[in-house]
Amino acid sequence: MKVPMPQHPPALETRGVNKWFGANHANRDVSLAVPKGTIHGVIGENGAGKSTIMSIVYGYLPADGGTILVDGRPVAVRSPRDALAAGIGMVHQHFMLVDSFSVLENVLLGAEGGVTLAAGMARARAELTRLARDYGLEVDLDRPVGELPVGAQQRVEILKALYRGADLLILDEPTGVLTPQETDHLFRILRALRGQGKTVVIITHKLREIMELTDNVTVMRRGQVVANVATADTSREALAELMVGRKVLLRVEKAPAMPGPAVLEVSGLRVRDGAGVERVKGVGLTVRAGEIVGIAGVSGNGQSELLEALAGMRPPAGGSVRLRGQELADRPDRFTARGLRALGVGHVPEDRQRVGLVTSFEAQECAILGHQGDPAFNGRLLMDRRALFDRCAAEMDAYDVRPRDPRLPAANFSGGNQQKIVLAREMERNPDLLLVGQPTRGVDIGAIEFIHRRLVALRDQGKAILLVSVELDEIRALSDRILVMFDGRLVGEVAPDEADERRLGLMMAGVAEAA
Amino acid sequence: MTGEQRMDDALLVVLLLADATIRVATPLVLAAFAALYSERAGVVDIGLEGKMLAGAFFAAAVASSTGNPWLGLGAAIAASVALALVHGFACITHKGNQVVSGMAINILVAGLAPTLAYAWFRQGGQTPLLPGEARLPQIHLPGVEALSGIPILGPVYRELIDDANVLIWLTVLLVVATHWLFTRSRFGLRLRAVGENPSAVDTAGLSVTRLRYQAVIITGVLTGIAGAYLSTAHGAGFVRDMTAGKGYLALAALIFGKWRPWPTLFACLLFAFTDAVQVRLQGVPLPVVGVIPVQFIQMLPYVLTVLLLAGFVGRAVAPKASGVPYVKER
Repeated sequence: MKVPMPQHPPALETRGVNKWFGANHANRDVSLAVPKGTIHGVIGENGAGKSTIMSIVYGYLPADGGTILVDGRPVAVRSPRDALAAGIGMVHQHFMLVDSFSVLENVLLGAEGGVTLAAGMARARAELTRLARDYGLEVDLDRPVGELPVGAQQRVEILKALYRGADLLILDEPTGVLTPQETDHLFRILRALRGQGKTVVIITHKLREIMELTDNVTVMRRGQVVANVATADTSREALAELMVGRKVLLRVEKAPAMPGPAVLEVSGLRVRDGAGVERVKGVGLTVRAGEIVGIAGVSGNGQSELLEALAGMRPPAGGSVRLRGQELADRPDRFTARGLRALGVGHVPEDRQRVGLVTSFEAQECAILGHQGDPAFNGRLLMDRRALFDRCAAEMDAYDVRPRDPRLPAANFSGGNQQKIVLAREMERNPDLLLVGQPTRGVDIGAIEFIHRRLVALRDQGKAILLVSVELDEIRALSDRILVMFDGRLVGEVAPDEADERRLGLMMAGVAEAA
Repeated sequence: MTGEQRMDDALLVVLLLADATIRVATPLVLAAFAALYSERAGVVDIGLEGKMLAGAFFAAAVASSTGNPWLGLGAAIAASVALALVHGFACITHKGNQVVSGMAINILVAGLAPTLAYAWFRQGGQTPLLPGEARLPQIHLPGVEALSGIPILGPVYRELIDDANVLIWLTVLLVVATHWLFTRSRFGLRLRAVGENPSAVDTAGLSVTRLRYQAVIITGVLTGIAGAYLSTAHGAGFVRDMTAGKGYLALAALIFGKWRPWPTLFACLLFAFTDAVQVRLQGVPLPVVGVIPVQFIQMLPYVLTVLLLAGFVGRAVAPKASGVPYVKER
């Protein structure tokens, strides 16, 4: 680890920065200092204000008070232009790229160097080639950005910042979309930047990355800075506790699985997406009662379409799906979301806001979606609002949904609580088979712990669970068997205790078929 | 008739058709390119029709009262830019619905222009017929006589190129300049970017609002010129509803041209050509069917529009952020 020179002022310092979004106090007196030439982590749960403070530093959002200092000098950052002029660059979580533009055009945008493009293009090409060599940032400059894999798109973002002369690089959740290999590559780039005297700030909620990469870390909770520590002096457990405000179990405790008879048997399943492209190319798998089967893979390799097909949302283009020995693929009347529900299949969709909930509906209405025809909720003519309310209140108690208000629109709950509403709806129906997509995407650590415990409890009741997640840690913690999906095919099966990250990563990248 | 004469006649017919095509295409090209700027910057503009009509009215009104067509052109541009700024204020500053705002402008002008014309000129919602010197001039080129002896080149020069209206030349210049601007210039790069992903523009330190206003103002200038062409170059005065759907036709040409300059020009010429053919077919007996009622002939350009948009365009990919007001992500 590099020790910062004590006489040098911090590369970045914020003093007493405040920010409100309406009534929500997103940043409360945020003060932090980033020593020059270090990699600095900013960590916190969703909504802790870590992205907000960095968006303020980058001038993307205006602050409601406070000071920002760069290299010890106060700077007025009113727009990204001011930030760029002060040597601050930012790689946003959602890439700020124009897909139809070439890499070169994307880098040039806003830094064209003249009224016409020709001269600037030539200069940028030379400079980018040099940067690419120095930091391992290889990309094809003439390819449209939309055709590049996400890892390369991220390198374009870094190049954009460096080309504008950034000395301080802020990265917001940079590893969320990367494979483990791409993550390693990114970390090598960031270390090389540090080696050249640049300063890096990385916003993340992944504790492992903080421990692996950073020199110092700032922990935020509910808009406030709760700790500034040297990474070497802390641990994952201590950071998790700081983030959540209470002790957190990072490991899921579970007994070995006791699998029973097969509940779901799939063979040769093929699925096409909305555009007619085949996304699942002959998948076969079995999920037995009392086990959790996890499907690992980089997002976009057909897992979503597989899950949608099994949930009856997308008719399969071929293959066989058997539920408790009963063939479904040739029964289009039953192989629908509604029909499957009646057969005891629960589905927690990947995108809870668009598929799992109607966000403008009240929680109590969302809690019965798909079961709205159930006599328990219906009077002779109208729905029985009382029954709805009681049902939802009971589920909210059981799943610790906050605020405990069944009449609040679903949109007003945080991501974790929305997810609990969906989980409660699907799990309380006692399904024989539960299909779960990204159960903890955008969910806080505290809620993750709860959701994981619930899933394991359901398994222990002898239910079959098929889990699709892009979070490798989650797959490894929950699954009794891990299947790896790449380009629409299952490329191998791994037992969780043999599933080290490197091996899974290679399989996810399609490099090694089941070794 | 000798064979040579027959060939000359055929050439003349072709040239007259081409000449008519160019004259009809000019306002279409101006309007379609106006929308090109706006839509590539992410602002949908179905208010072309209204802005053109306002331009036509003010050009004729000012040219009629001052006798100076250039003042008329200036007034047309001013009126059209003012309407474009209203559209910008609603859609960019206040993030309103772009279709609603555009439609409102169309309806507003469709009523306002004849009303003002009636109030000012008392001629039943028209402006007085403009005398020759109050109309935008045609440019007379030298050497018509010298070239007239040469076959093909002589008649082409005489019928097509000589005595073209000044705005036709301006439009030719516009097409070339637009192509250059979009592909080679900083402004074009930024304009294209703001229509595809305004967040990328914002985080690159550029102002989305400023760029979109610039685009909308260019749209206003061009629709103003298109309007002035209708009432003070092609025609000689303002008549109610004189745009007759050209704004929508221009929009269709833009979509058919997939929001790119050259294909859009081609689409405009195609529409104008069917219109020119349509005029020539009126009252002419055709083999087998005889004389077709004029209303059916007049439908031709519009039928073609529907057919092209429905079938032949393939999937037109609009600029990604077109029609979407820019709101910062939190």
